[in-house]
Amino acid sequence: MERQIRRLGFGLLALFLILFAQINYIQVFAADRIANDPANALRLLRAEYEVDRGSILANDAATVLASSRKSFGDLKYQRRYPLGARYAHLTGFYSFIFGRSELEQTFNDYLAGNAAELLPQTLADLVLGRDKRGATIVTSLDPELQAAAEQAAAAEEGDVAVAVVEPSTGNVLALVAEPTYDPNPLASQDPEVVRSAWDELNADPEKPLVSRASDELFPPGSTFKIITASAALENGFGPDSTWPNPRELDLPLTDATIQNFGGSHCSGGAAQITLASAFQQSCNVTFGEIGLELGAERLAEQARAYGFTAEAGEDVIPFDIPWVSGVFPDAATFEQREPAVAISAIGQQDVATNVLHMALVAASIGNGGVMMEPNLVTEVRDPTGQVVAEFGPEVFGEPLSPQNAAALTQMMVSVVDGGTGTAAQIPGVSIAGKTGTAQHGEGAPPHAWFVSFAPAGAPEVAVAVVVLDGGSLGSEATGGQVAAPIARAVIEVALGV
Amino acid sequence: MSRALPRTSSARFASSIAFTVLALILSVGAYVIAGFGKRGQLPATFGLYATIFAAGYVGSLLVIRRFAPSADPALFPTAGVLVGLGFAMIFRLSGGLAAEQATWIAVGLVAFAATLMIVRDHHMLDAYTYSIGLLGLILLMLPMVPGIGQTINGARLWVQIGPLGFQPAELGKILVVIFLASYLNQKRELLQVATTRIGPFRLPPVKHLAPVLFAWAGSLAILFVQKDLGASLLYFGIFVVLLWVATGRAAYLVLGLVLFAIGAWLGWVLFDHVQLRVDVWLHALDPEKVFEQGYGQLAQSQFAMATGGLVGSGLGKGSPGLIPFAATDFIFAAIGEELGLLGTTAVLLLYVVLVGKGLRIALEVRDGFGRLLAVGLATMIAIQTFVIVGGVIRVIPLTGVTLPFMSYGGSSLVSNFILLALLVRVSSGPAPARGAI
Repeated sequence: MERQIRRLGFGLLALFLILFAQINYIQVFAADRIANDPANALRLLRAEYEVDRGSILANDAATVLASSRKSFGDLKYQRRYPLGARYAHLTGFYSFIFGRSELEQTFNDYLAGNAAELLPQTLADLVLGRDKRGATIVTSLDPELQAAAEQAAAAEEGDVAVAVVEPSTGNVLALVAEPTYDPNPLASQDPEVVRSAWDELNADPEKPLVSRASDELFPPGSTFKIITASAALENGFGPDSTWPNPRELDLPLTDATIQNFGGSHCSGGAAQITLASAFQQSCNVTFGEIGLELGAERLAEQARAYGFTAEAGEDVIPFDIPWVSGVFPDAATFEQREPAVAISAIGQQDVATNVLHMALVAASIGNGGVMMEPNLVTEVRDPTGQVVAEFGPEVFGEPLSPQNAAALTQMMVSVVDGGTGTAAQIPGVSIAGKTGTAQHGEGAPPHAWFVSFAPAGAPEVAVAVVVLDGGSLGSEATGGQVAAPIARAVIEVALGV
Repeated sequence: MSRALPRTSSARFASSIAFTVLALILSVGAYVIAGFGKRGQLPATFGLYATIFAAGYVGSLLVIRRFAPSADPALFPTAGVLVGLGFAMIFRLSGGLAAEQATWIAVGLVAFAATLMIVRDHHMLDAYTYSIGLLGLILLMLPMVPGIGQTINGARLWVQIGPLGFQPAELGKILVVIFLASYLNQKRELLQVATTRIGPFRLPPVKHLAPVLFAWAGSLAILFVQKDLGASLLYFGIFVVLLWVATGRAAYLVLGLVLFAIGAWLGWVLFDHVQLRVDVWLHALDPEKVFEQGYGQLAQSQFAMATGGLVGSGLGKGSPGLIPFAATDFIFAAIGEELGLLGTTAVLLLYVVLVGKGLRIALEVRDGFGRLLAVGLATMIAIQTFVIVGGVIRVIPLTGVTLPFMSYGGSSLVSNFILLALLVRVSSGPAPARGAI
């Protein structure tokens, strides 16, 4: 009998070994595959809401943009956005039906406590029977500037987008786009509330879920002359280089012409005009000539240096949330289309961008020609407050030499001091800027732009503003009249003057 | 042996105290953590349930000390941890079920004590071979009696008398094991005689094969009439194992396997529900079937365990409520979700310890009946655990049996405590006379 009992022991042990093997297979080796089965969505969702999801904070590490608190509904935690619509395009939403967007999505590993850096903390919580806690995200956003930009944008009619960037770091201090939305109903635990909010937002012809500041592209108009002027400077011309100064520019191969704003004749009709005064007065004729002289290749090359891509969506400038950067087509597409080169050189036709990208362009000029990558998240802190990840400034490229950056800065200062951008003047502060009034479609009121940085000598902020469809002035609008005052209001708050 | 008894006994008692305190800490601790995980606070029922566990476990410790002083000190605490973990999971699933389970734990502990007090010496049981066998058979057949038998979840296992519902087979199978141990111990010499040769195997005369065929027929009857796949497999498995251990004839094992294969084939051919079980087993996670009736529960148990992963969600923090029958048949999957691989491994190891202890006792005890009884009881725990856990984790087709000591359910829990008491009794030997210690 003893032998049989021993053998029985081994036999039963073998049966248990099969069980041990299978639980290891299910819970470790095939765990991800099985757990991510679509049919398991409900469990994963509930598990997700068992986590005390981390907060998203402004750059003072105190202002709460998004946070979680215990709820007494079906799901354990409720996501809240205390400031409602103000940061919606940056935090994004966190919905149990429609998923996540923006920072809620891109930093989900940290916020949900799944990142490797958080493992010790997570295990400690597990052992102590506490809810898993996510990490806190500290952003570069300045609550005062964001509020000021929002306020200045709201004061103007129509849809306004504002981007504020710190030139030396690329930190995005404010990013405002109208229209926006309140992410709170989307984070509701009542599916009815979520669905009706979602349907309403998607049915809205204004598309409030899409940020006009970073998700869409618009013709930059004359603000693109910053890039054309950069190309001229980088290709051996100087602020004092001159071009012929006709009233209008005949475009090759067609009957079409380029005219200055309002059909005026720059520099009082002088025979020659310098790059600097053409820039100050935003002469389309001169920049058309410059574009033709430089050619598509050099223009495209300069645009690439500033991060413009040949097609929308090919973004080369990394950002912490999904965005679309500016577009300047490949030189090859301009073959047999010489007029398009001249028209693109003044920021129309094939060129498109948005305020975030233009603020980065302005920032790089203010930063001595060094373009920084935009930065939205500066650090991640674990639940005990320990910093577990930092995201420092990163250089994107050097689109301009320091000398040329200085020269272009001077030209931009003259725009505000005595050119098209005088509405941006602040007593005692030297501001560099460039206006733009971009036509888009027959009869539609133009988009009014202003791209700037201040103080010009040692810039603390770069500000780009676009007022879509002319704002309160409609078809009479210009960037100098409509957009520049908004930029000035933001700069005043930023510099504390 | 008797000279060394007092010293061995007190050393055993010391380990017994240590193990029991550990089991108590683990049980009450798991329950408290589940409460915190669920609601973030100490459960309101803490005073009551902690008292039941403390009084029950300490009381059992004293009963063992008094009535079975030489018992293996780890037996009761091992089962105690399983009971405690099961209770924590049941509490986490439903406060109402936990209240019932707590009552059954109390009843089970009383039954444990009563069994040790009444069965002073396991040889007492050897004297009533056929009475016990008959009683076991009656208990197995009771659900078939019209008027009191109930069909629940497709199997006719329940007896309802007034407000009292119970599964007599849970107790019946212990009696069957006692009967088999006693019967085979008496007949084993007869069954050992080998005359017939089939290939390399020698079989006893055909007339002595009758018991095997009889048991096989009985198992098939359970399968056909009660539609209880799990119990059928369990009885037949225990019988074949005991027959093999008693006689030392591997031929019985082979014959058993052959008969098992025939039975399984018959079941497959004759019963739709057997075919469905197999199809569910093979296709539980197929996208087009995963929400279908029957497939869902096995899919959910896979999802639960995979989502739990290595360390689990933490007690009270997963969604084991999504698993059908999470408190009974699928409690192992619920453990897998909230305690992860660490939890399921620990639970399986506890069963390995329990079964190993059972076989150890069988090796140490001197008499044939005690040996076969310990082997039978240990084998029952092992096969039942393998059948239900293997079913839940898709090693074999799922058949509904309870996970010993853990699943919610009074009949099963009380019977398991009686089974444990019998193992403790065999391990300890006869109870000392009053005043001996």
